[in-house]
Amino acid sequence: MPIEVLMPALSPTMTEGTLAKWNVKEGDTVASGDVIAEIETDKATMEVEAVDEGTIGKLVIDAGTENVAVNQVIAYILEEDEDASALDNVSASSEPKKDAAPAKEEDDSSEDAPAASSSNAAPVSASGAIERSEAEPRAMSVMNSTQDEKSYSSFKTQTVREALRDAMAEEMRTDEKVFVMGEEVAQYQGAYKVTQGLLDEFGDKRVIDTPITEHGFTGLATGSAFMGLKPVLEFMTFNFAMQAIDQIINSAAKTLYMSGGQLGCPIVFRGPNGAASRVGAQHSQCYASWYAHCPGLKVVAPWSAADAKGLLKAAIRDPNPIVFLENEIMYGQSFEVPDDEDFVLPIGQAKIEREGTDVTIVAFSIMVGKALKAAEQLAEQGISAEVINLRTIRPLDVNTIVRSVMKTNRLVTVEEGWHFSGIGAEIASVAMEHAFDYLDAPVARVTGEDVPMPYAANLEALALPQDSHIVAAAKAVCYR
Amino acid sequence: MATTKRKRGTTRADNQASSDDLLKYYREMLLIRRFEEKAGQLYGMGLIGGFCHLYIGQEAVVVGMQAAASDEDGVITSYRDHGHMLATGMDPAGVMAELTGREGGYSRGKGGSMHMFSKEKNFYGGHGIVGAQVPLGTGIAFSYKYREENKVCMTYLGDGAVNQGQVYEAFNMAALWELPVIYCIENNQYAMGTSTQRHSSSPDLYERGKAYGIPGEQVDGMDVLAVKAAGERAVEHCRADKGPYILELKTYRYRGHSMSDPAKYRTKDELDKMRKEHDPIDMVKKLLIDGNIVDEAGLKDIDKEVKAEVAKAAEFAQNSPEPDVSELFTDILIDA
Repeated sequence: MPIEVLMPALSPTMTEGTLAKWNVKEGDTVASGDVIAEIETDKATMEVEAVDEGTIGKLVIDAGTENVAVNQVIAYILEEDEDASALDNVSASSEPKKDAAPAKEEDDSSEDAPAASSSNAAPVSASGAIERSEAEPRAMSVMNSTQDEKSYSSFKTQTVREALRDAMAEEMRTDEKVFVMGEEVAQYQGAYKVTQGLLDEFGDKRVIDTPITEHGFTGLATGSAFMGLKPVLEFMTFNFAMQAIDQIINSAAKTLYMSGGQLGCPIVFRGPNGAASRVGAQHSQCYASWYAHCPGLKVVAPWSAADAKGLLKAAIRDPNPIVFLENEIMYGQSFEVPDDEDFVLPIGQAKIEREGTDVTIVAFSIMVGKALKAAEQLAEQGISAEVINLRTIRPLDVNTIVRSVMKTNRLVTVEEGWHFSGIGAEIASVAMEHAFDYLDAPVARVTGEDVPMPYAANLEALALPQDSHIVAAAKAVCYR
Repeated sequence: MATTKRKRGTTRADNQASSDDLLKYYREMLLIRRFEEKAGQLYGMGLIGGFCHLYIGQEAVVVGMQAAASDEDGVITSYRDHGHMLATGMDPAGVMAELTGREGGYSRGKGGSMHMFSKEKNFYGGHGIVGAQVPLGTGIAFSYKYREENKVCMTYLGDGAVNQGQVYEAFNMAALWELPVIYCIENNQYAMGTSTQRHSSSPDLYERGKAYGIPGEQVDGMDVLAVKAAGERAVEHCRADKGPYILELKTYRYRGHSMSDPAKYRTKDELDKMRKEHDPIDMVKKLLIDGNIVDEAGLKDIDKEVKAEVAKAAEFAQNSPEPDVSELFTDILIDA
């Protein structure tokens, strides 16, 4: 059978084109790579090369013909053992070949595929549609693998800083693959002293000072995680991780999917997130909603020292890339922490820090403390607030939030970041989707003001959520 | 294009490869070329979507480098990656089926032309962001050193990528920590449509590691034997724990940057000259004929075998079903 030369699609959008010129005539011999024709597409003039070798048997379409459909036969090439009589058997059909290009056609009518962005009101995404359509919210998959800290008998008082250090040290003792890398993590003992003592115990092979080169060392650590090492990468602050966000999202988060499950990335990106104190706009930003937006990442935000210890250990053991958002102001605060090397908290599970009946306040990181203070003030005014410490932003513990809202019928979210597309916006959606009939008031969001962080002390205080804002929001949703 | 600026060790004249080696390189380069031609054809038929960056013309680079490496060494590259996958021994059918977005593809249809991997063959992608593979490859080399494995990571980048900042961040750490990584700069002379003269303040890309003390060589990337010889020097350097090495492989891509690029930024004469006078496959073909290693009929047999293999791959790639719709939600996270 002579070889059919088809009108090629030369761009992702081309459906037809002009056969501008033939560079060969019937009877010419051609080899792979020879330019045989020129075609004008919707964008440019392109050359068509022969893929097969042989003799041009017939030019089916004349030069200068316009609107030649993609996949139409434009010529026949005779193979070396064929002569012109072989052409008798072919009908020079002007119809595009039917068996070509099924992929694109199916793309246009993929009705049986799950819709990526559904227009239905309740489920906001295809994954949500599966996970969330049940009347009773389901527990997240990662629960019950570990105990809550209340079940431990022995406790010690620790700062968040010490708890983070102990979590790293304990995991490094049990797993040679774990190493710590970042700016000033070794000899300097950590810019915020979180890695204090690690160099002495584990040496410079496993506690590695990097140059100031976030994009580079993030890519390097991610590459090592593809190979099965378990880097704990410290960003001096998450503000600097913006230099590296391409590697975090495009390499660390997406490669498992793009490789069809072949290449995992067990890495922890950790460091202080959000506002510290008087460091201005470029050093005071909450990145929770940035990272929580992306599939392929887990996003964890501890508040207490127990959170920090239990969640960081879980993050290091987790086979996935984890963004671990700490808070500089919390580093020096002390909490009770279970005195047990096996203490690990489950990622994906929120904690009810204070039970209440009138209003649910959902917060994470440093805002949990402010929410608890607000709850005390509310109690004095006769309002019983339930405070949820999210602990994990993604996967979000929808179950705990929704159950609480079903009980209190009122919801306030609190975050340091900006309101637009913030975590509060997501939680409000979750409440609407799963507890619409239980809500007695619109959800209220307490967020940072919609401005870059100012430096002046008075302005900075105005830009950040305070206890008083939470109290006011709680009273508003209670119509008090 | 004999542009080896730092001639060290052997040159082509005194580095005659064995007959078996020459035949092997010929076959491997031909497989890449025929595969890419077929990919171009399938793209033209609408069976391959999106972007498709062909490697035609550059075959000697990856075949020469792989000849210098061991099977255990890692390979990572950018989005012009089909040739690298075939050279690491990945199955052409699995690569082609990924191009057509089918279940039988290396990423089960979820990665596409630019994002393919094979842990088994130590091929770590297939990366779509220009330059991103450079720190990643450096990290792979870091893992080799951390585990004391004496392996090398071949990290390929183009002449376009050498202007990305993260490349130098990686160079610095690789040199500082003496990581076993070879940066193979495939200088095909065009960063998409911008020529090296128009994008690079210095034309000598092999010197880009100078500030970090990384040795560099410029090599005729159209000559598989020259590439192999330079590759061996680089591998030896890395295996001796002396840190990274840069090879600038001067090469040329015959096709446009991607399938939809008419390549109007260069002259026809320039392309014709490269194809006629410096074709990497023709060069080895001549060595095979002149050395009486194989005759025309023997070459034809190889061509037929390669063609049949590619035809088989193309057939598989068209017959393999599209991924099951359930695949949409798999491989996002690993169960903890």
